Parts: sequence; C-alpha cells; structure tokens
Amino acid sequence: MAKMNLLQAINNALDIAMAKSQKVYSFGEDTGSFGGVFRATSGLTEKYGRHRNFNTPLVEQGILGFANGLASQGSYAIAEIQFGDYIFPAFDQIVNESAKFRYRSGNEFDVGGLTIRTPYGGGIAGGHYHSQSPEAYFAHTPGLKIVMPRNPYMAKGLLLSAIFDPNPVLFMEPKRLYRASTGEVPEEEYTLELGKADVVREGKDVTIVAWGAQVEMAEKAADKAAEEGIDCEVIDLVSLLPWDAETVAESVMKTGRMVVTQEAPLTSGFASEVAATIQDKCFLYLESPIARVCGLDTPYPLCHEKEYFVDHLKVYEAIKASMTY
Amino acid sequence: MAKDKQHQLEIVTEPNFLDGSALTIPMLQILKEDGTLQKNATAPELDQELALKMFDTMQFIRILDERMIAAQRQGRISFYLSSLGEEAASIGSAAALDSGDMIMGQYREQGALAYRGFTVEQFMDQLFSNERDLGKGRQMPVHYGSADLNFMTIASPLATQIPQASGYAYGQKMDGNGKCTICYFGEGAASEGDFHAALNMAAVYKVPAIFFCRNNGYAISTPSQGEQYAGDGIAPRGVAYGMKTIRVDGNDILAVYQATQLARKLAVEENEPVLIEGMSYRMAGHSTSDDPTGYRTREEEDAWRAKDPLARFQTYLINKKWLTEADADEIFAEKKAAVLAALKKAEKVPAPHIDELINDVYDTPPQQLKEQLEELKAHIRKYPEAYPKTASRIDGGEK
Repeated sequence: MAKMNLLQAINNALDIAMAKSQKVYSFGEDTGSFGGVFRATSGLTEKYGRHRNFNTPLVEQGILGFANGLASQGSYAIAEIQFGDYIFPAFDQIVNESAKFRYRSGNEFDVGGLTIRTPYGGGIAGGHYHSQSPEAYFAHTPGLKIVMPRNPYMAKGLLLSAIFDPNPVLFMEPKRLYRASTGEVPEEEYTLELGKADVVREGKDVTIVAWGAQVEMAEKAADKAAEEGIDCEVIDLVSLLPWDAETVAESVMKTGRMVVTQEAPLTSGFASEVAATIQDKCFLYLESPIARVCGLDTPYPLCHEKEYFVDHLKVYEAIKASMTY
Repeated sequence: MAKDKQHQLEIVTEPNFLDGSALTIPMLQILKEDGTLQKNATAPELDQELALKMFDTMQFIRILDERMIAAQRQGRISFYLSSLGEEAASIGSAAALDSGDMIMGQYREQGALAYRGFTVEQFMDQLFSNERDLGKGRQMPVHYGSADLNFMTIASPLATQIPQASGYAYGQKMDGNGKCTICYFGEGAASEGDFHAALNMAAVYKVPAIFFCRNNGYAISTPSQGEQYAGDGIAPRGVAYGMKTIRVDGNDILAVYQATQLARKLAVEENEPVLIEGMSYRMAGHSTSDDPTGYRTREEEDAWRAKDPLARFQTYLINKKWLTEADADEIFAEKKAAVLAALKKAEKVPAPHIDELINDVYDTPPQQLKEQLEELKAHIRKYPEAYPKTASRIDGGEK
C-alpha cells in the first residue's frame, strides 16, 4: 500500500496498463512529456516513448475519431479530453460512433479498447467552462459505459477495469478531488467491477445515492444527520451505464426513503433516472417522496458558485425533510 | 535573404497577399475519354487477369446498382445508393491495394467491397436486412461491412470515418505489419470538421493512410463548385496539411490505379499519408430518395455520360485484345442473372430473430436490457397480429 492522491492513482493505473500491454496508447491535448494540464500522464512518455504517450493537435473530434479508429484496429486507446466541458465537439464521435460501433456492424467490428478520460465537476472556481458535469448526455446513449470514481482507491481499480473492458468506457474524473482526495492504494494491479454500486456506509433510516465527487457531500451530510440520530445508508453508484438499480432498490426497500444528489442541473439529470426507477421498483415501500438534490437549472456560475454548489447542507436538509415528511 | 529565426520564415517588406488560386493542381489522366492512351502517358503495369477482374467488378456493380434501384422502385427494398459513374474510383483504387489493407468507406464504394470478394449473396442479404446479413439487419441498405475482407462497416454520419482512418493507420504503423488504410469520402464530406482533424493528425503522426476523395460534383443537390467550396477543390487542402497530394481523373481507372499504387508505396514504405482527389460525376441521384432533375440539366448529365468509366475501360481492353464485345456482353448477362437469382433468394430469408435486438449493444447484454426484451416479447405475444415479422417465431423456432 502507498498513500496516493487521486491523480497519482490514475497515473499509476495508466503506468500499469501501459506496462502490461504494448498496445495501450495514451494521448490528448498536452498529455505528452508535459503530462497533461493536471499531470495525470506525467512520466509516461519518458517511460514508454512518445509513440505510446503523446500530444494531439487541439481538436477534440479528431482525438475521439482517431481513438475510435485505433481501438477498432485492436489497440487500447486512452483518450484524454482536457475538461469535460470541451467534450462536445467529440459528441458525434462518441454518441454515433463509439457507442454504436459493435451494434451497427453486427459485431464484425468494435471499439472495446477505447477509454475516454475526462475531468469533470465544479468547486474549483472554474466558471461555465471548467465546472460542468455532463454525464447525463452520455448516459442517454446505449453502448457506452460510464464510470465516475470517488477516491484514489476506486479510481485506480476502476480505470484498470475500464481500459481492458471489452466496451468503450467514459471515465469521468472528479477534478475537485484530484489532489484533495488521498488514501491508501495498493501498488500492484487490481480491478474493480464496472456496473456495481458500492454501499459506502450502511444505515436503516434513509438511502442517499450519489456518484463521483458528490459522494463526499453525501457522507458529510450523513455525518451531520447522525448527530441527530438519523442513520443514513450511503450508496456510491460508481457506474452510471449500466447502473446497479438492484443494490439501490434493495437499500430503499429497507430504509423506505431516498435522497439522490448530483452536481449537474436538476432537469433531465441522471438523478431523475434513479428516482423514476426506484419509485417503480419500490413504490409500496416508500415512506416519503424521493428527493433530488441537484444544481440549479442555470449554466454553471462563477461568483455565486458557493451558493449554487450542491453542498452537504443541502443534502442534509433533504434528509431531514424526508424523515419528517 | 533575411530570416525570422523562430519560425524559419523568409522576411519580406512589401505586403503581398497570396491569391486563393495561387495553388491549382492538375489532373492525372492516362486513358482519354475515347479509351485511347494520352500521348506520352504510360499505362501502369497491369496484367490481363487483373485488368479483367477490375472490368468484371465494374460490370457487376453497374448491374447491381441498376437492378437495386429498380427493386427499390418496386418496393422490394426500402432504400438504395448507387455508385453509377464512379465505379473506376473505388474499383481502380481497391485493385491497387493489398487485401490486408483496411478500407473505410463512406457509402458509395460497393465497387471496392465487391473487388475484395463480397459475394452477390452477401450484398443481397444486407440489402434485404435478413438473418444472414453480417450486420444483423440493423442498418439501412448499403451499410455493408466485413471483418474478413477488411472492409469497415459503413455508417451514415458523414466524415466520421476519416479521423478513424488516421487512428487505424496509426495502429498499423505501430504494429509494423506493412499494411495501410484507405479512406473514401466525398467532396461534400470534406467540409466536415472531421476531415480537417483527420488530415492534420495523419500528417502530424505520419501514418500509412490514403485519403481518397471522390469529387462527384454534388452533395445531394449542392454543387461542389462555388457552393461547397470556393477554392480549387479538395486537393490543395492536402498540401496545406503537409501531405503528399495528387488529383486524378476519377473516371480513368488506369490513372486511379496508378496513383493509388504509388500512394500505397509512399504510405507503407515511407509512412507518408497521401490525399488523392478523383474527379468524377454522380450519374444517379444521391439516393433513391433524391430526384436530380430538380437541380441539374440533362445536358450536363449527357456531357458526363460521354466520359463513362466503364465504356472507356472496355474500349481500352478491346483495343488491347484482352476482351471482345461478345465477352463483355456475356459477362454482363452472367452478372445480371446472378444478381436476379440472389435477389429472389434473399428476399425470402426471414429477418433476424427478435433476440438479436439486444445483442452487441455491449459485449454481453446487461440485466436492464434482458428485462426490457422480456417485456417486449410479452407484449408481442399479446398482440401477435400487430408484429407479424417476429410473432410467429418469438418462442423457439428456427433460431
């Protein structure tokens, strides 16, 4: 075990993957010897050469087009999009190409070797274009897997699974936690199952569902609620596509209450999908309405970020409201 | 001459703007419209067997296209895209490649696929979306693909395959397998961002890729000259990206063959990506959903009919005594009979089983999808008359 922050855990996973197979390539804007704007790819060019870890021209649609082609050729292509906010020029390549490659060819071809890494999320004074959480756009796309880790241990194991998973994976990294989140991480290779939710804390009164960086807010809110004797069960969804509805439903059948929280705006967010599915599966078990605690339906703000941010106090209030409904 | 050190540029002191037409690129032509060789031109080395295979494939594609447009008109298939008039571009280039090279097409390169050995039955199975279609009946007609033949499955979005070709070729270069990728697209698709991203990346990474633009004059109804672009077509863009570039007469199969053969050598032996612009004309409508009489004249079409690539090559082969008129007629009749027989057979083959609906979204279907399929099947069992294609064999049966 070694103490690592989330970035180091990602760098370590990339290192292990590149050592494991000559066919693993990592690329993106500034990701070459400079190591990327967050340094997630540092040291990889020195170790594996500039043909394995390299800079791309500044063109997201090209990065994903190139990555799809490289993956369809049988390589493991790890494409970094510098910020989730800049993934949209590549939307067509991801939604119409990566996601449908296997299906449309009748399994003659696939891009299973593709992993898209991108930092997402707010809380870093990034304004409109360095703060968004665009996961819901992609969660509406059959054929993709979407994974959002919450800490260094999860990040490393999930990234290694994502890289070698036989399906294209969008791996969204909580940039607020890149250096803020640290923990013990095994130095050797290990993998964590995709599509499986993680019960972070067991409880009997109310289920709180979150993913990525928002799990931290759920846990903080649960701590605060515990002071008042409310026993929260916290579930990290881990994967949004496919997602583990069974684990959540099982929990809600036990607690009878659910609060689901996301950083992204409320309307048509993934929290709505979780809420709809759970009311369907657990209708007769529910003691109170399912609460969604989300961002406002505005572009991500700068000067009012603190007010906008879905902090633990907002989650805590939703827990209390659910308990006293 | 003074030089700017950082950019290695020559310094001038007068403000001179380069004209947009400063670079105009000539067109390689070996076979003239009348089927005779251009003066001073040397035909590429091409033995009789290969030449006749190319001719054979052109004949096959011509009859396939004509027959399937008719089949669409009769309501037997839903849609069709013809490559009428552009057979030389795809067949001449495919003939210059190694069978292990990857082909990434747009949707008008059935000639390249036929040249690779896709059978008339395989064409029909795809066109009729039946259970023998390699694509499992999931895409509209003409969206062919075959891993065995190294022909990437066609997708409707334009230009998306171009940066994919850059990536595919990068993998080939890294594997050091001596193979390359050819990527076809039209002059309209070359307006898409993906085209520019692709050529730039291919040139930066020096990948073994051949970008083959079929400039056929129209993007559906939009004419290329003046409405799709203002400059000298697509070829100068290759030069701007730092890439070897050539323009050829796309209706001259010898020019296409020679250019592609040399391009392949550059790509594979020197890791030089190449742009080829083949000048041609889309003799048919964009698709069976399009009627070109609304946007172009009969005179214009007639002028291009005189440049027909098939007639031109046939004359060349007859002059060379490799073929007679009677041979050509015989091949045509043979192909026509094969197309008609395969068509009749394929339309009787049932659609893929409903269970195929959820396969291949992922490598294995996730739980949610299995549940959704079971719900759908329960619904079909309840209203079998509303879903006649699948209701009769929803449980067990043939597959």
